[in-house]
Amino acid sequence: MSQTRTDSAAAQAAIRANKAKKRKQFIRALFSRKIVLVSAVIVVLIILVALFANQLMPFDPNKPSVRDRNQGPSAVHLLGTDEFGRDVLSRIIIGSRVSLIVGVLAVVIACIIGTSLGMIAGYFGGIVDDVISRIAEAVRVIPQVVLAIALCAVFGGGIVNMSIILGISNMTVYIRMMRSQVMSIKERDYIMAGRLQGNSNARLMLRHILPNSISPIIVTMTQQIGGTILSEAGLSFLGLGISTPTASWGTLVSGGRSYLLTNPVYSLAPGVCIALLVICLNSLGDGVRDALDPRLRGEL
Amino acid sequence: MASKHLLEIRNLVTTFRSDNREFNAIEGVSMHVDRGEIVGIVGESGSGKSVTMLSSLQLIASPGRVAGGEVYLEGVKDNLLSYGSDSEEMRQIRGGRISMIFQEPMTSLNPVLTVGYQIQENILLHKKVTPEEAKRRTIEAMKMVNIPDAETRYDYYPQQFSGGMRQRIMIAMAMAPGPDILIADEATTALDVTTQAQLLEMIRDIAKKTNTAVIMVTHNLGLVARYAERIYVMYGGHIMETSDCVEVFHNTKHPYTRALLRAIPRLDDPKDRVLIPIDGLPPVPSQRPPYCPFYERCEYRCDACKANTDYSLKQVGENHWSSCILTQQQLDEGAEALLHKNYGESPVRPQLDDYCLKVSNVRKYFPVYKGLLRKKVGEVKAIEDIAFDLKQGETLGVVGESGCGKTTLARCIMRMYEPDEGTIIFGGRDIAHLKDKELKPVRPKISMIFQDPFSSLDPRQSAESIVGESLLIHKLVNGRTEYENRVDELLRKVGMDPAMKDRVAHEFSGGQRQRIGIARALSSNPDLIICDEPISALDVSIQAQIINLLEKIQAETGISYIFIAHDLAVVKHISDRILVMYLGRVMEIAECDELYEHPLHPYTQALLSAIPVADPLVEAQREAVPIQGEVPSILKRPSGCPFHNRCPRATERCSQEVPALHTVKGSHQVACHLV
Amino acid sequence: MARYIAQRLGQTLLVLLIVSFLTYMLVDFLPGDPIAAMTGGEISGETYERLYKEMNMDKPVLVRYALWLKGALTGDLGTSQSYHRRVVDIISERVPVTIYFSLLAFVISVPLGILFGIISAVRRGSAADTAVTLTANVCCCLPQFWLGILFMYVFAMKLGWLPSSGFVWPHEDLLLSIRQTIMPLLCLAIGGIASITRQTRSSMLEVIRQDYIRTARSKGLRSKAVIYVHALKNALLPVITLMGLRLGGLIGGSVFVENVFVIPGMGSLLVNAITSVDIPLIQGCVLLIAVFSCVVNLITDIVYVYVDPRIKVA
Repeated sequence: MSQTRTDSAAAQAAIRANKAKKRKQFIRALFSRKIVLVSAVIVVLIILVALFANQLMPFDPNKPSVRDRNQGPSAVHLLGTDEFGRDVLSRIIIGSRVSLIVGVLAVVIACIIGTSLGMIAGYFGGIVDDVISRIAEAVRVIPQVVLAIALCAVFGGGIVNMSIILGISNMTVYIRMMRSQVMSIKERDYIMAGRLQGNSNARLMLRHILPNSISPIIVTMTQQIGGTILSEAGLSFLGLGISTPTASWGTLVSGGRSYLLTNPVYSLAPGVCIALLVICLNSLGDGVRDALDPRLRGEL
Repeated sequence: MASKHLLEIRNLVTTFRSDNREFNAIEGVSMHVDRGEIVGIVGESGSGKSVTMLSSLQLIASPGRVAGGEVYLEGVKDNLLSYGSDSEEMRQIRGGRISMIFQEPMTSLNPVLTVGYQIQENILLHKKVTPEEAKRRTIEAMKMVNIPDAETRYDYYPQQFSGGMRQRIMIAMAMAPGPDILIADEATTALDVTTQAQLLEMIRDIAKKTNTAVIMVTHNLGLVARYAERIYVMYGGHIMETSDCVEVFHNTKHPYTRALLRAIPRLDDPKDRVLIPIDGLPPVPSQRPPYCPFYERCEYRCDACKANTDYSLKQVGENHWSSCILTQQQLDEGAEALLHKNYGESPVRPQLDDYCLKVSNVRKYFPVYKGLLRKKVGEVKAIEDIAFDLKQGETLGVVGESGCGKTTLARCIMRMYEPDEGTIIFGGRDIAHLKDKELKPVRPKISMIFQDPFSSLDPRQSAESIVGESLLIHKLVNGRTEYENRVDELLRKVGMDPAMKDRVAHEFSGGQRQRIGIARALSSNPDLIICDEPISALDVSIQAQIINLLEKIQAETGISYIFIAHDLAVVKHISDRILVMYLGRVMEIAECDELYEHPLHPYTQALLSAIPVADPLVEAQREAVPIQGEVPSILKRPSGCPFHNRCPRATERCSQEVPALHTVKGSHQVACHLV
Repeated sequence: MARYIAQRLGQTLLVLLIVSFLTYMLVDFLPGDPIAAMTGGEISGETYERLYKEMNMDKPVLVRYALWLKGALTGDLGTSQSYHRRVVDIISERVPVTIYFSLLAFVISVPLGILFGIISAVRRGSAADTAVTLTANVCCCLPQFWLGILFMYVFAMKLGWLPSSGFVWPHEDLLLSIRQTIMPLLCLAIGGIASITRQTRSSMLEVIRQDYIRTARSKGLRSKAVIYVHALKNALLPVITLMGLRLGGLIGGSVFVENVFVIPGMGSLLVNAITSVDIPLIQGCVLLIAVFSCVVNLITDIVYVYVDPRIKVA
């Protein structure tokens, strides 16, 4: 008996070692391209900035100062001030929070709604599938920006509403993906074996289908965060998303465009931040995809 | 230095890159081919047989790389490998002098170009002819491979053809420029056996007529025994043995070849033959030892083998080479010792007279819907008039080609489908039309073992939860300890170490996964297990392990099996009786030996004749039963006897009236008007 | 094949019906009183009642939807509450402007995108590939509105080469029109080129791995022939889908560029409609944009039938 125990302890250790090795392999594959590593570092830096915004900001981002209105970059205000005399750098720093929160939250919302609907449609098929698929198709034919703009009118601005709006306008991707995933997995023998063993529908879906279909969904999520941040910035730029006085990179670009001649940095700098964050997130997402897909890694 | 052979490969080395490490997929393979001969290269997956062929044509794709060796072709002064992969010289040889056909007919033709274009392109590349002449030759080539209406079909796209037809087109394409060598890389593996036999006969005839050499790359020993004149046996990136076909099968030298021949079931086996599996697994290419790759699994191995790193081919007879370093005497002694080694008897299976299953008159049609409103436009007649019975402890083999309805039948018995008609008596009650709820107590009593060990186990679950799931769902155990003990017991029963039960499915090899699948099937103490092609996805050296395991389990528990497969040799080995299906109908049911010795139905005769026996001497004496055409699509089942339009003996009556299954003698039943 | 097209047409109509319903219901949820928004709130109770009846506000929502749909089918989308003109008239003024920019951008980005995509796929791993891929990845992520402002700052304000905003038709003033078109067009095209490049590249790389490419190579075709005869046609099929999606999306996607460069197109109209809670106008805009993208989708599918033999013979 004790012999078996040592055996299984050894086996356990071997399994753990194997898992650790897999993880290491994944990380090595992920960062095998320098650009992915650089992107990851930048994303982490931006997250840190957002977390420690209060410590990093030189000024109160929302405190107007009539005296300091519309200043260009200076030693005091590195990126100048806006039309109310607020420090642009501080507003960019605090604005990182909006982008990150909305980006992640919206993708999570889209994923949860989309995956559930897609799973139901794919699993049950028939009428249920028809209804869900047709509605999804109808939502999909409205260009995403237009849909988001229209939804803004209904939900209004604000971080939470923004996340819901972008979540809804992104969810069709997940519906379609999950649906086709489920439809192919459903045909695999292990699902039939599961059904023969008397699994209920709910148990089959949650315990057997979901874990096996989740990895492409996760890849898509990582790849969509960037695009969502871009959409949020766009809506805020149009004055439909995050409204003043909350600082968002989109509103900053919009706010600064009337002062391009006096302080171009005011409008252009937040745009650089958006682009940088989105580029890094996307290349990180591509990296995750390549690391998970061995075909692209050039393996056997 | 040029060579006296048509094609000669010397010391070819190809490396692959994985995880930033290079390893040799093949290490120093040498072989030659002479004009007009048919050479077989046999080996299991990963043995390097395809890599050798692709490398010699410089078709190996990244991350692979030809790292060394020489390839000489008659009439070409230089080593072919000295030309660049995309050089003019190499391209003229590729397709022009050496053509290749690949395994997957469904994906090997370009879907957006017509087949005519694809064949003609090959002619224009290598022959200086006008486009009109090329088109004429294309149609000629299509006629040569028996494609009806070649002129019309010239403008068809690949997806308008069946798999067998596509492979004919591949052959036409490869042969059109008149090459000196045709390489057929598992060219018929994906096809039905009768189609396979037709195509290989055709390749042989064409090759002999045009004096083209053929290199047949395959894992199937039967095929090389039937068609090849000379054989190379590959394992772990090396050639193990090579000689004339008869020599390899009847004066076998290398322990690997010997082991293979002992492991595979043959159509002409006596009923009580014991298959002797090869223990262990083939080495992973990246972890191959410096000594003989077969060492770990070899029954003849000695310490000298492990010390030796030079295992190039050594002459062991006239025209016979082997890589094994053991002397003839050592081999003879080893063989003698093995003869006396006890591998156990063929397990005796207790058979009862009680019936486990009685199926009568079962029919299942699938409706076909079309359009937005899902209007029913027709039916697929999957199975009709199925009737058979199965005793307790008995094994019934079900054979048939694609579309014969064997899977539908299995699913009806499993009650995944509800049959439209008929009765299925199991455990004393008719389960054919039970509701889901009423089926609940029946479910644990019928289990299934699936074909593909990679799709039949949930990749995210541990072995323990796969095996234990039905124990929990059907509440077959009380408490954690009993559960653990039962799972361990089941794993041990199928020859697995319970210590591995925490591993997830993808960490196991194909054979191990199939063992887990068997443990899962056993977990609910079933009376009947339906085995749906349980070994066809496994390497030959692993197949015997699983067959033996299934037989042992049956002897121990008295379970009944329905064993579905397309490989009659395997079915014949394991079954007591065999049921032959064709296009949804039962053609013939008989005891194994009776069916093999006195097949009555013309389809059974053709099927038996299409299956090669891994013995060239037996093959030479077998009579070929010709069969016309291919298995038609299930949507176009002919009226009357479904086989009448391919049957050489069909009469007027056959095309009008469906023959009923009637008893001929004893338990031999057949559905044919002529018997 | 005619059957297939008829079937797709039926599906499109069904989807359009759902879109119109969703659009109508969505906007119906809008907070605020449409009559108050329309009139500014300073009206008598009587007028309010009259308008209330006139706008069918007393009827159940499904009836109102049916009436609206009936109107839409006959070319009547109601009256804008902020412009006080017929919605159809406003939209018909704006649509040509947006289509003008969209088509130009599309025509520029498709050939360039495919070209760059092929170059980078064929020379996978080379410096050219790295440069193309990197540029495409960056250009995909640049916010259009920011790009517009950057161009405006550099080319209009600093260098003074181009007018900073406005729009005239080429037949009104050719030179001014060209000068005004350059910047918005660049903004629209850059993203398009980048995404078509990426799609073409990945699609090519996918196709190059297929079995039939190995077959083609085994025939002794030169690499160029393998790529341009055997791979390209297969690889461009998914690109057609992307092109359809982009074209369908362009009419709404130009909203940022229109906003930055003050161009009177559909995008700026929609934003105005939203900010002034102009319900009939919002409904009209969304419906029209959806119809447009549906029709483009349908056309893409029909194009597919002609270029993809896999559908043609199925």
